[in-house]
Amino acid sequence: MFSTPQDQFLLFTALKIVAVIALVLPMIAYSVMAERRISAWIQDRVGPNRVGPMGLLQPLADGLKFLLKEDFTPAHVRKVYFWLAPAITMIPAFLTLAVIPFGSHLGNQKMVIADLNVGILYTFGIVSLGVYGIVLAGYASNSKYPFLGGIRSSAQMVSYEIAMGMSVVPLFMLAGDLNLSKVIEYQAQHGWLILYAPFSFIIFMVSAFAETNRLPFDLPESETELVAGYHTEYSSMKFALFFLGEYANMIAASAMMVTLFLGGWTFPGVPMDGGVGLGILHIAIFLAKMIAFMVVFIWVRWMLPRFRYDQLMDLGWRRFVPVALANILFYAVVLWFKATHA
Amino acid sequence: MSAGDGFFYFFAFLTLFFGVLVVYNPFSRNPVTSAMFLVLTILSLAGLFLLLNAFFLAAVQVLVYAGAVIVLFLFVIMLLDIKEEERRKIRVISAGTGFLAVAAIAFTIISRLIWTTRPGAGLPAATVVGSTAELGTILFQKFLLPFEILSLLLLVAMVGVILLSKKDLK
Repeated sequence: MFSTPQDQFLLFTALKIVAVIALVLPMIAYSVMAERRISAWIQDRVGPNRVGPMGLLQPLADGLKFLLKEDFTPAHVRKVYFWLAPAITMIPAFLTLAVIPFGSHLGNQKMVIADLNVGILYTFGIVSLGVYGIVLAGYASNSKYPFLGGIRSSAQMVSYEIAMGMSVVPLFMLAGDLNLSKVIEYQAQHGWLILYAPFSFIIFMVSAFAETNRLPFDLPESETELVAGYHTEYSSMKFALFFLGEYANMIAASAMMVTLFLGGWTFPGVPMDGGVGLGILHIAIFLAKMIAFMVVFIWVRWMLPRFRYDQLMDLGWRRFVPVALANILFYAVVLWFKATHA
Repeated sequence: MSAGDGFFYFFAFLTLFFGVLVVYNPFSRNPVTSAMFLVLTILSLAGLFLLLNAFFLAAVQVLVYAGAVIVLFLFVIMLLDIKEEERRKIRVISAGTGFLAVAAIAFTIISRLIWTTRPGAGLPAATVVGSTAELGTILFQKFLLPFEILSLLLLVAMVGVILLSKKDLK
């Protein structure tokens, strides 16, 4: 058993999937806790510090509470979609992680679940499916505030996807490949892409906030006008899935930004090839960069006020899309000039 | 039967199955349900593209159709009066013409396959266009004119939509 290369491939892929999920689920739980502690520090409060040493077991207590609460389904909802929506919200965030190279290699196994040659397109495809969870939640709830939240979210996510997709085009013109492992190789040789394409980075990062429905762009659930937006009618574990889905999306977005702009698992001065120890160090570097981005996500949420909806749309369509287009044109001209005059 | 064949029958079945549920669902006449089954049809179709090594097409299929076009469908359906759509009966004439159109296309394809390939000879080997770079080269060299005409068409459509959505022209 497991002697042919094909069997080994299946076995190691299954192992990698299990390992990634086993790592990401606790990360989601602890990012919720990080959000609460950091927000408390920013607002000069203490935050949750009762459960376990320094409040570190708080996520367990939260999880237990969500599970033990009554799972209430309001009478006026569309039942099938009401149950499906929270599940659909969680899935895309996990699927995007499949193409992220989170380390160099351990033994002769590459540390990426699926090394697709259209890596980035796959990611955008899956991210674009993320909108269904929210839209269906808004539709299934069958009441006004969730519905408005769902409609807002679908318009917002479709709009910012365009800016986001166009912002990364220059990166692949520079790297010459859509495969994310190749993009990291390029960055290891030439330096991080954030230095080459700062405008792409700014557009991508701001769009990531809009795609994950985080403040300052959390219009789909803005409590001042929509109670809680698309998840107004949800409670207990179904609500928790929406809540955790937001953090899973943040993790996926951070992983993408680290891979595309900050050199992934590489770091200046750390050699590319080596033994198992170095392989683990590469994974640690990747996780450290990712956590840094997560902290930025949380920090921004508690520092900036919410945009107005028309301002959000204006920023996406009338600022980012033209700038991203000009950005593509600029790199095309530079690369063409270099190719013909080298 | 190899694993690839198995996957082909799996995705082909799913595509057809969900496709039927889009137009004729015995349990629900809700347009939102139809749209959601259309999403599943498109995802299964992307699976078929994958089996043909057309990774780029598969990704774009999901990105453009499932991720954007159907979301806009949902948007429109939700803003329309759904109850009226649910009450509407299936018309025999529309069902009949639809069936005829599909049958005509199927007939053309199948008859072509039968007449161009001798029995037992199998299909001519497909030229595999796998990588995105190759597809780009072909689109921008061999099919440059059709490609540009198509983009012009999209531009015209966009301008048209903006014109129509403006209530008063200044």
